Amino acid sequence: MDKAIVVKDMVKKFGDFVANDHLNFEVEQGEIFGFLGANGAGKTTAIRILCGLSKPTSGKLTVAGYDIYKETEQIKKHIGYMSQKFSLYEDLTINENIRFYGSIYGIPIKERKERTRNMLNRLELTEYANERIGSLPLGWKQKLAFSIAILHRPKIVFLDEPTGGVDPVTRRQFWNLIYEAAEKGITVFVTTHYMDEAEYCNRVSIMSEGKIVDLDTPQKLKEKYNVQNMDEVFLRIARGEN
Amino acid sequence: MRIFLYILQKEFIQIFRNKAMLPIIFVLPLFQLLVLAFAATFEVKRIDMAVVDNDRSTSSTQLINRIGNNPIFHVNYIVNSQDEAEKLMRGNKIDLALCIPRDFDKKLNTKTNPDVQILVDAIVGNAAQLGSGYLSSIIMDFNKEILIQKADGQNGNAINVVSRYVYNTELNYKIYMAPGILVILITVVGMMLGGMNLVREKELGTIEQINVTPIQKWQLIGGKLIPFLFIGLFELAFGLTLAHIVFGMPMRGSLVTLFGATSVYLILVLSIGLFISTISETQQQVTFGGFFFIMIFVMMSGLFTPVESMPMWAQYMDRVNPLYYFVKIMRGIILKGASLNDISKEFYTMLIFGAAVFSLAVARYRKRN
Repeated sequence: MDKAIVVKDMVKKFGDFVANDHLNFEVEQGEIFGFLGANGAGKTTAIRILCGLSKPTSGKLTVAGYDIYKETEQIKKHIGYMSQKFSLYEDLTINENIRFYGSIYGIPIKERKERTRNMLNRLELTEYANERIGSLPLGWKQKLAFSIAILHRPKIVFLDEPTGGVDPVTRRQFWNLIYEAAEKGITVFVTTHYMDEAEYCNRVSIMSEGKIVDLDTPQKLKEKYNVQNMDEVFLRIARGEN
Repeated sequence: MRIFLYILQKEFIQIFRNKAMLPIIFVLPLFQLLVLAFAATFEVKRIDMAVVDNDRSTSSTQLINRIGNNPIFHVNYIVNSQDEAEKLMRGNKIDLALCIPRDFDKKLNTKTNPDVQILVDAIVGNAAQLGSGYLSSIIMDFNKEILIQKADGQNGNAINVVSRYVYNTELNYKIYMAPGILVILITVVGMMLGGMNLVREKELGTIEQINVTPIQKWQLIGGKLIPFLFIGLFELAFGLTLAHIVFGMPMRGSLVTLFGATSVYLILVLSIGLFISTISETQQQVTFGGFFFIMIFVMMSGLFTPVESMPMWAQYMDRVNPLYYFVKIMRGIILKGASLNDISKEFYTMLIFGAAVFSLAVARYRKRN
């Protein structure tokens, strides 16, 4: 496997509506890849296809070196996913959620306990390990969801608007977690519509109405559009000023 | 396999943490048994009737007295015409009317059989039929006695048919109904709870997080099935105990056979419920789908009406009704002491159906759509 993700001519239609219109891109290993776009641009559709939750209409795709049509279950062993909607079990405690997901991925018990301890230490949540997740504040939940998504040390982690509805301080902490994961060699594929977050990415692609309009490093995009920050890049593209 | 145990652990924790579960487990069986066993009865306790006595003779008075002595029949009206009797019936004052003809006494004395007429309010169907049956036999007894009297004992060897009831000697309908009500209880638990649980994860969105893991489909579906299998068996144990204490329901067969057969039945109905949930998106759809099948299955099960009285096509249709088999098994084991050998046909049919529907539910579940 040389590329983490390869997408060629991916199309996804819902009836007549084209949600993803011939997408082409590659993601390098270890990269933090930002997937930007306005609401309804087709980001979530694309990320769900890459995670094996939805079938593309056509196109050639490999994730972690595996074919998305034939080797879905192989892919699932090597990816982590954090959906837009918080989806850990709110009626289970932190420990119970970790135990459940850890065991599904087949992490050996000793190893799981070790990783759980480190993770809760890192998040400063050790004393809440036996609290039900439903009672925790949103920011904690998001950090927890991310940490559980990478508990099995996947090659790629997909984050769909992971910081939606979270305060700036927590967003900053969240991005520190993302950097730490990337340092360990995990490829990060993240969608967002916070443009300041786009600056943290190695490369970003910008989607509009189902198409990828531009794709490059934040630095090069700012130079190309001759603006100061990603916010303006985004506005230029959204207004169709190419 | 170890993974599957962790999945079960998670399901059990969630089920028992759910506050709605406790009433479902304990109150449902209590209520169903105590109320339904008394309500769903075929017993005829009281029949109100009128007699149209056109004869006004000693014999007719004797007959009326004879009927009135029976604890079931209440002769509330003696009227003069059939019209009057029909009017009473229209006003729901009576269930039955007996018309004694003008020449009743005369015919009895000349040893020709007089014809009496029984008018039955067939709207109350079952009670009316049983009532008219009882009444006929009372009149026949009466008739026979008269004939014997008139023959001065010479012809006193009229044939007497004596029926002996086996298994439920006192014709106690509560004992007959209780296993049936346990069947309904287990069916509701099986059809609804597993399916609802799976589709609830769809509604909450937690299913997505499961679908991106390498979990195997049989593990997921099995994880939703096993906990409710245990709850169903617990309901059975609880219900049996209750029915034994309250109604004195016997347990004539082997408990091992009973719980074994019930496990197979639960796997079958839970699989049906889970199959419905794989093609549903909301709890509303699962509820509707589940009740559709429960209604048909229960109505055609032989619980309330004998399967033998249904038309042939319906009897053939019943071959795929899980309740058709399970009702036979439950009544057989509990009331008649049937062994596994006696119920082997029903048992193995359910086993095959169960395996088939479970496979179908697993095959139909989509981790990717």
